[in-house]
Amino acid sequence: MSSVLFFLAAIGVISGAVGVVVLRNPFFSVLALVAHLVSLAVLFLLLRAEFVAAVQVVVYAGAVMVLYVFVVAYVGGESDSIGERLRSYNGSAGGSGSVGSALRLGGAILGGALLVELLIALLGTGLEATSGYGAGYVPGPKTYGTPAYIGNLLLTRFLLVFELASFLLLIAAVGGVVLARRRGGIGEADEHETFVPLDALRPRGTGTTAEGVGARRQPS
Amino acid sequence: MSIAWYLAVSAIVFSLGALGVMTRRNPLVVLLCLELMLNGGNLALIAFSRMWGNGDGQILAIVVMTVAACEVCIGLGMIVAIYRRQLPIDVDELRELQG
Repeated sequence: MSSVLFFLAAIGVISGAVGVVVLRNPFFSVLALVAHLVSLAVLFLLLRAEFVAAVQVVVYAGAVMVLYVFVVAYVGGESDSIGERLRSYNGSAGGSGSVGSALRLGGAILGGALLVELLIALLGTGLEATSGYGAGYVPGPKTYGTPAYIGNLLLTRFLLVFELASFLLLIAAVGGVVLARRRGGIGEADEHETFVPLDALRPRGTGTTAEGVGARRQPS
Repeated sequence: MSIAWYLAVSAIVFSLGALGVMTRRNPLVVLLCLELMLNGGNLALIAFSRMWGNGDGQILAIVVMTVAACEVCIGLGMIVAIYRRQLPIDVDELRELQG
């Protein structure tokens, strides 16, 4: 039963990955990645990683992919045919016609070489346990992979890693806002400033950050 | 299934992601292929975690997911900034950093 499930999920994982690489339209690539992630969560469940599988579906296939869909819709995921773009690009560059296909062939050869190397490294190492079925597993509320176990590890042994990851998330959030902000400055955004009665009651320069750096005129 | 099968799937997914990063030109799809590579690594980590029967690999997989979320945040912010400045959304034509 578990091997049937494994093969079904593995087919889903690999075909989803192929879809991401091959499909022309970025929107369909995102949908293929969602299918890939859900099948990958099934593989995680087969490997007894319940909590990671749940996080994969909720955070990855849910939140992150919604972000992708938003950006694809915003930027306008035009279905650019790679061949056409390359042909026009080569034509404007002076007609070295086979550069695009040679690049793609080179990419395919490099990818194949990487696959062979990874398979040799992962499977040909002679690790005894690789061919086994893993350590023993006793179902229960405290065995590894359950939320209780993961939470215990995160708050005891890996507390530093946990805090570093949260700090990294904070930095990334600030960086994302800074990168994608409106370039015209803050003052342009709020031209139609509404009168707030509370502003008259407090002293100058003690209001918002925009006021502090002089981007917005202070209430007189 | 033995652990080796999971490792083979993870190697295939990682190589497909690398192939996509090398051949695709839309930065959105390049980011998606980076996600594929990270997921290949995650699958190997969780397979090894199952092999030894402890949860350290799963913690590392969760950290990798966090890093992937940060990478998505920054990458999509950059794509939106590129779009706002009316530059072409194409990794081959964005060549200002080449000097």
